[in-house]
Amino acid sequence: MTDRGLTHPLTRNVHQDKRVTDLAAYEANGGYRGLRKAVEMTPADCLQVVKDSNLRGRGGAGFPTGMKWSFVPMDNAPPGHKYLIANADEMEPGTFKDRLLMECDPHQLVEGMICSAYTIQADIAYIFLRGEYIKSAQTLSDALREAYAAGYLGKNILGTDYSLELYLHTSAGRYICGEETALISSLEGKRANPRAKPPFPQVSGLWGRPTIVNNVETLCNICHILDRGADWFQQLGHGEDAGTKMYGVSGNVVNPGCWELPIGTTVREILEEHAGGMLPGYKMRGFLPGGGSTDFLTEEHLDLAMDYSTIGKAGSRMGTGTMIILDDQTCPVGMVKNLIEFFAHESCGFCTPCRDGLPWTRDVLEEIEAGRGREEDMGILNHQVAFIGAIGNTHCALAPGAMEPLQSALKYFPEDFERHIAGQSCPYCDAG
Amino acid sequence: MSALINALSTRELAEIDDEISHAPYRSAVAIDALKIVQAHRGWVSDESIKALATYLEMSAAELDSIATFYNLIYRRPVGDKVILFCDSVSCWIRGCAKLEQHIGDRLGIKRGETTADNRYTLLPVPCLGACDKAPVMMVGDDLHENLTADSIDAILADDSTSRGEHD
Ligand SMILES: Cc1cc2nc3c(=O)[nH]c(=O)nc-3n(C[C@H](O)[C@H](O)[C@H](O)COP(=O)(O)O)c2cc1C
Ligand code: SF4
Ligand code: FES
Repeated sequence: MTDRGLTHPLTRNVHQDKRVTDLAAYEANGGYRGLRKAVEMTPADCLQVVKDSNLRGRGGAGFPTGMKWSFVPMDNAPPGHKYLIANADEMEPGTFKDRLLMECDPHQLVEGMICSAYTIQADIAYIFLRGEYIKSAQTLSDALREAYAAGYLGKNILGTDYSLELYLHTSAGRYICGEETALISSLEGKRANPRAKPPFPQVSGLWGRPTIVNNVETLCNICHILDRGADWFQQLGHGEDAGTKMYGVSGNVVNPGCWELPIGTTVREILEEHAGGMLPGYKMRGFLPGGGSTDFLTEEHLDLAMDYSTIGKAGSRMGTGTMIILDDQTCPVGMVKNLIEFFAHESCGFCTPCRDGLPWTRDVLEEIEAGRGREEDMGILNHQVAFIGAIGNTHCALAPGAMEPLQSALKYFPEDFERHIAGQSCPYCDAG
Repeated sequence: MSALINALSTRELAEIDDEISHAPYRSAVAIDALKIVQAHRGWVSDESIKALATYLEMSAAELDSIATFYNLIYRRPVGDKVILFCDSVSCWIRGCAKLEQHIGDRLGIKRGETTADNRYTLLPVPCLGACDKAPVMMVGDDLHENLTADSIDAILADDSTSRGEHD
């Protein structure tokens, strides 16, 4: 049998029946080998491997992980705790990849976190888990118990002088908790308001101490990179990006789902081969490449590689890599209204353009959708996109992200907005 | 002060103390403590807020501002089970609006309301991370996927049976 871990490191323990991989099964399949290798190396050497691997953060922004970690104070660090946090708050509309990794293979996240914490010499780690992920909470707490009992966590890990405590924190629910500085506020027991940067969390994060926040999928990669090396990881990707990616498709397609594929696989391959194409009777009109806060792309972009720079150059973002498909029987205005409604509800309320601007935008879209749109509404929407969407006008990236589907819908589907306004009804609604 | 803290049970206090044991200061566990109280009582009352605030050495107003910030902390009584109905984009594309209408008609409530028999509270929830199985909802701790009007009826009927009742 070929070693699936060589080509599909993240999902080598994800089975059809979605059963959870326990410690024995995990170890039997090469589990904790990466950690054993890591603790034989110096933290500086581990960091170099992660840098060389060219791994970029899988939480949405694609920031190079090794570079992010390199800002953590090391030898000259002031005495006190350092923290590593797994961002498991997955709540971006249309995103369903971290759940799969945590439900099916919790030890992979735990091992990835221990390796990462060792590299930055953190002594305390947290998994910040979405409250609704009941099954993940169960699989992760079982895995933590097993890992402590086996000596992978706690004092003197694997007989070394390195010690780490790892806690599971379940959130009380708010999308903004996924923003890394808001997450830190929430973990401190406060309202999840984002913080101004600088200071960056790497230097002053949780309780004012050096802190690294990484996405679940990012951290799951680390044990494999340390086990098999940077060159192996590099060659997994198809284009300039390295590794594999958890890609997903939802919407009216034949086989919606989530698959680990080489990063840089084309949109067409993901949509047609893995998701099986559109359901009979539906045609694709556009897609959000990586969750609800990414710009629409259309048919002309189907042959693009799903990687950070290619999707970026096309005017969108790869985001979380989980696509949402807009079909020809779904109203683009209604879809954007649904998204803006979500962002308006989840705004933390800290700054005015977001707190007041998003509900206003939603109201305008609601009027258009309900057949009460006015000609001047298009001007208002374009103004909102320019004002709320501009980086720097708001305290965090939630509001600009909210504008991405709207601005691209105005660009690619203007006739849909105009038909709503001219006809004073939604052309897609049954009643329309 | 002790009278107020008496409003918290010894089990609640033990669980909260466990959180405090690895926190740098008491109010740092505010969210965990709210969740603990809610797990025991179903919701968080004004009295619980006051008792908790005293115990965590913070003001009741500050604790309440935290409690009301988070979607999953209930500051009003809820039914035996909360139905978290996903109304985000992938579920919307797959027709969740009609199903929410169906569930509301069946239970005789709208979002935010609790059934007269106090069994269910219906709340919308952002994307549950199961978009490939849209539409989805949670009933209590259980996730239900690929919902249809028929499957919703079956889920609610099963839930009644498993409580030893007849529908
Ligand atoms: C409003 C908002 C919500 C976010 N939600 C998440 C989330 O649920 N999970 C996540 O990993 N990153 C989320 N992010 C990105 C994080 O701020 C951060 O960039 C990420 O956790 C860093 O991890 P990475 O470098 O491994 O990608 C969110 C960002 C914003 C602005
Ligand atoms: S942009 Fe929105 S979510 Fe971000 S700080 Fe401002 S109000 Fe809060
Ligand atoms: S949109 Fe409903 S589960 Fe993601």
